[in-house]
Amino acid sequence: MSSLAVSNEHAAASTAKVIQPAWVRIVHWINAVAVILMIMSGWQIYNASPLFNFTFSRSITLGGWLGGALLWHFAAMWLLMVNGLVYLVLGFVTGRFRRKLLPITPAGVISDTKAALTFKLSHDDLAKYNYVQKLLYAGIIIVGVVIVLSGLSIWKPVQLQWLTALFGGYDIARYVHFICMALIVAFLVLHVALAILVPRSLRAMIIGR
Amino acid sequence: MGRIRKLLIPGVDKKLLVKDAVKLMPDLTRRRFITGGASLGALTLLTGCDVIDSSSAETMLAQVSKFNDAVQAWMFNPNALAPTFPESAITKPFPFNGYYDVDEAPDIDGNDWKLEVRGLVANNKPWTLEELYKLPQVKQVTRHICVEGWSAIGSWTGTPLRDFLKLVGADTRAKYVWFQCADKDGYNSPLDMPTALHPQTQMTFKFADEILPRAYGYPMKIRVPTKLGFKNPKYVISMEVTNDYKGGYWEDQGYNSFSGS
Repeated sequence: MSSLAVSNEHAAASTAKVIQPAWVRIVHWINAVAVILMIMSGWQIYNASPLFNFTFSRSITLGGWLGGALLWHFAAMWLLMVNGLVYLVLGFVTGRFRRKLLPITPAGVISDTKAALTFKLSHDDLAKYNYVQKLLYAGIIIVGVVIVLSGLSIWKPVQLQWLTALFGGYDIARYVHFICMALIVAFLVLHVALAILVPRSLRAMIIGR
Repeated sequence: MGRIRKLLIPGVDKKLLVKDAVKLMPDLTRRRFITGGASLGALTLLTGCDVIDSSSAETMLAQVSKFNDAVQAWMFNPNALAPTFPESAITKPFPFNGYYDVDEAPDIDGNDWKLEVRGLVANNKPWTLEELYKLPQVKQVTRHICVEGWSAIGSWTGTPLRDFLKLVGADTRAKYVWFQCADKDGYNSPLDMPTALHPQTQMTFKFADEILPRAYGYPMKIRVPTKLGFKNPKYVISMEVTNDYKGGYWEDQGYNSFSGS
């Protein structure tokens, strides 16, 4: 009886220690690779017909030229989409999204933003996201969905013309796709900076605890 | 490219040979190499390399691109029409686009020009421009989308390709219609048969109600509003109905072959 209680206690302790379950860690790092491939090849594709008055330095692009970049972009898109779908399905089915990301209240976001900017935000329990994290993680999921849909609408403006029309037409869909990329890059900068500031969170995403 | 094709070595897979040769070059020279053609000696020297077992990124990317061809062929709805626009939406001036300057564009004498028809067709007689102009024509105002990302709306008038294919008794069970053009370095491009038979795929003779100007492909271009611009060949001189994948100017350099919109 006592040994059973001990092993139960032990099990509870070890599950409590797992901050990021294995499936989250796997899809996270696959996504990281896919997103970087998509962004770098996307920059090279952008350079072929820039929307704004600048181009991306070839040293930070992937593919060498438009044809090579398109090959990378349309290969990595499968990795991004399949992995993203697995993440969304598991996120809903396991209840992780509901548990981790909800609720998001304006008051919570404001007070946690203030706390974060004054370096007073607690990271004692990495398994529990603060309101800024909730907002950013939920937001980046939505941006991820929009960038994939706008990308599909640029790729298939005839076969998926209803989708292209939803974005306001081919030309606007290109801007939407670009803006989503910019948001993801901004998120990435912040995300990586914060992971470096709180290294325990990076460790949790690698070994789970 | 035409020259490379004539230099085929029996028993050597042309594509692997070229791919192999290309692999050894830095990115920038590749395009010039392919467009400029290569010597027989250079190619034979390179056939010893083992391409089949290569698991390089380039091989993987080429395989995914083939997979994407299949996905797009599956997605292609032969009844889905490209959106059409009012004349007021036409982009003016409509851009000239090519891998050469407009003054290097083929300058074709319409009286000498003939369209060659080859391959799996019942009647392979060449067609003069005068004969082609007599065929029924339709107009479309559609969006031309370049592989580079930009787009422009234009007005094209001509004969639906499927009507012409019927007229020459083409075997429409064949896989491709392969176009050859008068552009320098010999532009060419394969078009999959389902797309060739799409109601909006057109042998174009007019742009904005005027005889097709030199810049846009006089005397004939193939307008395919369900494909990216480079799959819309200009200055067409021949078409071949074939089951063989014969490659294309840009396709051979890495642009996805189906490139459907």
